[in-house]
Amino acid sequence: MSVQDRPDTLPTPPPERPARRRRKLGRFVLPTYSWLVIAYLVFPIALMIIYSFNRVVGGLQQVSFSWNGFTTQWYRQWSNVPGLTSSFWLSIRLALVSTAIATVLGTLLAIALVRYRSNKFRGKVAVEQVLFLNIAAPEIVMGASLLGLFVTFNVARGFLTLVLAHVMFSIAYVTVTVRARLAGFDRSLEEAAYDLGANPLTTFRLVTLPLIMPGVLAGALMAFALSIDDFVTSNFVSGTAPPFPVWVYGATRVGIPPQVFVFGTFIFMVGIGFALLSIILSRKKI
Amino acid sequence: MDESVLTDHPRRVTPRRPGGWGKRLAPYLLSLPAGLWLVLLFIVPLGVMLVQSLETCSPATGLCTMTWSWGELPSQVSLYHQQFITSLLFAAAATVIDLVIAFPIAYWIAFYGGHRKNFFLIMLLVPFFVSFVIRTIVWEFILSNNGIVLTFLTHHHLVPSGFHVLGTSYAVISGLAYNYLPFTALPLYVAIERIDRRVLDAAHDLYANRTSAFRRVILPLAMPGIFAAFLLTFIPAFGDYLNQEILGGVSNTMIGTVIQNSFLVNFDYAGGASLSVVLLAVSLLGIWLYARLLGTSTINEYL
Repeated sequence: MSVQDRPDTLPTPPPERPARRRRKLGRFVLPTYSWLVIAYLVFPIALMIIYSFNRVVGGLQQVSFSWNGFTTQWYRQWSNVPGLTSSFWLSIRLALVSTAIATVLGTLLAIALVRYRSNKFRGKVAVEQVLFLNIAAPEIVMGASLLGLFVTFNVARGFLTLVLAHVMFSIAYVTVTVRARLAGFDRSLEEAAYDLGANPLTTFRLVTLPLIMPGVLAGALMAFALSIDDFVTSNFVSGTAPPFPVWVYGATRVGIPPQVFVFGTFIFMVGIGFALLSIILSRKKI
Repeated sequence: MDESVLTDHPRRVTPRRPGGWGKRLAPYLLSLPAGLWLVLLFIVPLGVMLVQSLETCSPATGLCTMTWSWGELPSQVSLYHQQFITSLLFAAAATVIDLVIAFPIAYWIAFYGGHRKNFFLIMLLVPFFVSFVIRTIVWEFILSNNGIVLTFLTHHHLVPSGFHVLGTSYAVISGLAYNYLPFTALPLYVAIERIDRRVLDAAHDLYANRTSAFRRVILPLAMPGIFAAFLLTFIPAFGDYLNQEILGGVSNTMIGTVIQNSFLVNFDYAGGASLSVVLLAVSLLGIWLYARLLGTSTINEYL
């Protein structure tokens, strides 16, 4: 942002040799390299999409990486693997529920952290440290310790434990995202609402919430993405009905049905669609 | 900052704001639900894990009894120190590779991205739109003996016919490097983006050549981003087990695999908890160093 805002025509002395060479680096070497890196990042995803159209020869319906010809069979039979389909819907439900909870809790926490200094909010530093630790701690430790907790207190593993876990690791990300958005918030707008006789609730509903809404939405998207892709924690705390990534992981031992790539392609398309939409929307605002 | 300006303002209108108890309790009420959730499901489990590491579990019955013995920790560590070392080496190798790969592209997007910056950032994030497990499976296919890369290489006699990648340490490291590359690239981008270009111009005006401008201006200013990238790549890679399980073999087991098997296969909760405590302690060392050097709040800027 800040670089864009800066005028390009700074009072520069006549360009010396290093400057010209720098421009050449920026014009040719770096772009070529960067596109190669992007190609490297996109390559496996492109393969996944291409091979979701691959015909399967032989009795077992499993993905193989020899090209047997084009087919849309797996898109037509997308729901033919019962376990896969139910795990996918479970993941969707889980992501929706945990996103809703984590977004509300994380937003409230972000408001408290931005609004109140540590003299009014004792324990603020501790809260910030817990958030930091939550983001930085290795996921396997969080998943394993949750499993230990559930086993110790005899909590049956299932949808409930998944929601408890997913909200736990999403809250910090939501808080951080919303907080960044709130930092530039103009408090005088709220003061104006109070002066005009609005009570705290009305002020929040009509002034604060609409202003912080982009941040809240960004936090919610983050929580949704984290939840739908989570494997490590879910693998520890899911019961007999696994969410999508855990089901796919289990399938690696017996063979992966081609429909996995169909679901993967679908999730990818939806995700990239949202991302591009957010770019377009943010550009319109400017 | 804004607050102090307001309070110091002499003609500040006193607003009819909620006062008394409600106001004083507000920060606690706002943070209570999230705080409670985090304490009960993040802090308490870590405590339970610590306690569990003091138990002794019988592998036959799967029952654990509290023995208050610290013996499990050293015995597990001596049993699995090789896996710890493997994890450390793999995570370090993947992090260094990622830093080297990501720095130029982060630099390019930050300095030359122009109005297409957001587009390029999304391209960096593209792997995240595909499930972690699927990404790793696709790498398994890419690196397999009849996969695209090896078929090409053996067909052109660039590698001997018996050559294989899958199951080796290189396969695991390349999987880790691929999966965590965005975690490295984004903090680097954020840090480089902040560098004032006039500082760089000043360096060139003072006859710095490209190398010394990079070494003495860009690199020091990008250091916080490099630390953040290290933290966000190394710690998850250190505890990762999916890449090793799918791409690796029996000789390069990482500590994550051992922990997962202790909990989910052998039901040795005490052993798994002990190893997790050690894993957490090693990670905390890195986290603590980061917090001491840059402060805890800075990590927020790199997410």
